[in-house]
Amino acid sequence: MLAKIHVTLKNGVLDSQGKAVHHALNDLGYSEVQDVHLGKYMEIALKGVSEQEAQTRVTEMCEKLLANTVIESYRFTLEPSE
Amino acid sequence: MKCGIVVFPGSNCDHDCYHILKHVLKLDTHWIWHKDEGLDAFDFIVLPGGFSYGDYLRPGAIARFSPIMKSVIDYANQGGRVLGICNGFQILVESGLLPGVLMDNAGQKFICKNLTLRVENSDTPFTSQCTTGQVLSIPINHGQGRYFADDDTLKRLKDNDQVLFRYCDAEGNTSDAANPNGSLDHIAGIANESKNVMGMMPHPERCADPLWRNVDGQLIFKSLIESSLAHT
Repeated sequence: MLAKIHVTLKNGVLDSQGKAVHHALNDLGYSEVQDVHLGKYMEIALKGVSEQEAQTRVTEMCEKLLANTVIESYRFTLEPSE
Repeated sequence: MKCGIVVFPGSNCDHDCYHILKHVLKLDTHWIWHKDEGLDAFDFIVLPGGFSYGDYLRPGAIARFSPIMKSVIDYANQGGRVLGICNGFQILVESGLLPGVLMDNAGQKFICKNLTLRVENSDTPFTSQCTTGQVLSIPINHGQGRYFADDDTLKRLKDNDQVLFRYCDAEGNTSDAANPNGSLDHIAGIANESKNVMGMMPHPERCADPLWRNVDGQLIFKSLIESSLAHT
């Protein structure tokens, strides 16, 4: 099973990288860009767990290590591995 | 007096701390490898600066799960004094021993320079040799030092006098211009509620050898020594 995890800054936390990329896109002429948020994308391959167990354990991984929930939120999907 | 410096893979200010504590301040100073356990014998512990585990994921995020950190957390919860400098501060917030978080500098750049801090509370084991309002000259060296916490946490920090240092100008005034990394409320260093754990982004070990002109950093270590003596 493959967990695909996105970790992003919570709303209201200054995303200084996103802001810098936003400015750069505007400077390149993409004036339609209203907002940019940068985050992290992770893929974690899992073995020997049911989807339900994976749901619980990946949530635990995010809470413990993968995201700092003071400033970051996370979301993930689970897919069967190829 | 016996003190210990925790060495993580990627620590790089550990030797600076060791030099100051061992050769300048003449303490019985020990290395503590991150895989060690048990800290009861020490009067205080230093988590030094650097890039533990390459700062992968987030600074301090992986170091926080080193075997030694379980002992550091137990030691701190029993009242042991723990000083975290720079990456050490980042590890302390990740471990939950200190509240809040340290984020990318607002300007997105790594900053290495001398600057000035104002002592906000001299009634702690880390600042007893300073006076409240005193301006110290101590360098910073980090890319991720912007302190951030939610409103409730910030209020608790202020109500309980846990903010120990704020970035300021040479006259001791805080301003956006004197805030190098965009830290919330100009915060450069904080303590936990019971004041036995302290984290600061500036590097006192880099200005504590009398061979150099500036020895303001000694005040932090001498405070720790005094408080440890008072304790024993």
